[in-house]
Amino acid sequence: MTDEGRGTRDDINHQTETVTLTVPSHPKYLYVIRSALYPVVVDAGFSKKEARRIVLAVDEACSNIIKYAYEGDHSKLIALNVIVEKTKLVIELKDSGKKPDVSKINPRKLDDIRPGGLGTHFMAEVFDNVRYNTSGDAGTILTLEKRIHDVRGSV
Amino acid sequence: MKVEIVTEKIDAGFLLKLKGDVDMNTSSDVRSALAEVFKQGSSGMKAILIDLSQVRYMDSSGIATLVEVMQNCMKKGARLRLFELSPPVRDVFELARLASVFEIFANRNEAVSGL
Repeated sequence: MTDEGRGTRDDINHQTETVTLTVPSHPKYLYVIRSALYPVVVDAGFSKKEARRIVLAVDEACSNIIKYAYEGDHSKLIALNVIVEKTKLVIELKDSGKKPDVSKINPRKLDDIRPGGLGTHFMAEVFDNVRYNTSGDAGTILTLEKRIHDVRGSV
Repeated sequence: MKVEIVTEKIDAGFLLKLKGDVDMNTSSDVRSALAEVFKQGSSGMKAILIDLSQVRYMDSSGIATLVEVMQNCMKKGARLRLFELSPPVRDVFELARLASVFEIFANRNEAVSGL
């Protein structure tokens, strides 16, 4: 891996790899998620800048889980699955908290200069697909997908 | 991870140097430090300068804190000037498209110029 360049994957025909991490729903563990996620994303083939943006968007998603799904309850859990496929990165975040009204989740207008409300904008800006699955008995699975533009030519 | 905040009195007002991660867990510390600055500065404060060169990470709560500070500065007739944004801070400013909203400078000398 070059200093500021993209990571390269050793096995061009690599199979799907999954990294799983579960942390308590306390803001102090957001750092743990960021620290674990960043090298996996760089290793998947993203540049350092792209990796920082991906980590930021995932961090915002976790913050929203703590604030809105768990309503500040720090005794719950957030489960992170990072799935590195040949052509895309898939990140799943699972919680067991209050389900969001998906129809009301909208990135706010950026010309509205006020504190707060940027997290959903970051997710929409950074990822190609953002999906909320609230069909389970409890909680939500948020799936974030981004295509991998590999240096070796795969899209 | 914690954030370290060093506050320095300067001729024009105050200079804060932030070091570490400004996120949901620590942005309240930054907010408290800035509230103390506003308390000490009261009237006559021309500007608050914030050195962001050692900020390793900033999320939307950090941005929200800076927006609040900017709004408080405007109410008091003071300037908020940010300088030496680290790459992670630049990332979040770019994503939020807020770079044009703040006064941003390359270094401390430029930030204090003209105050």
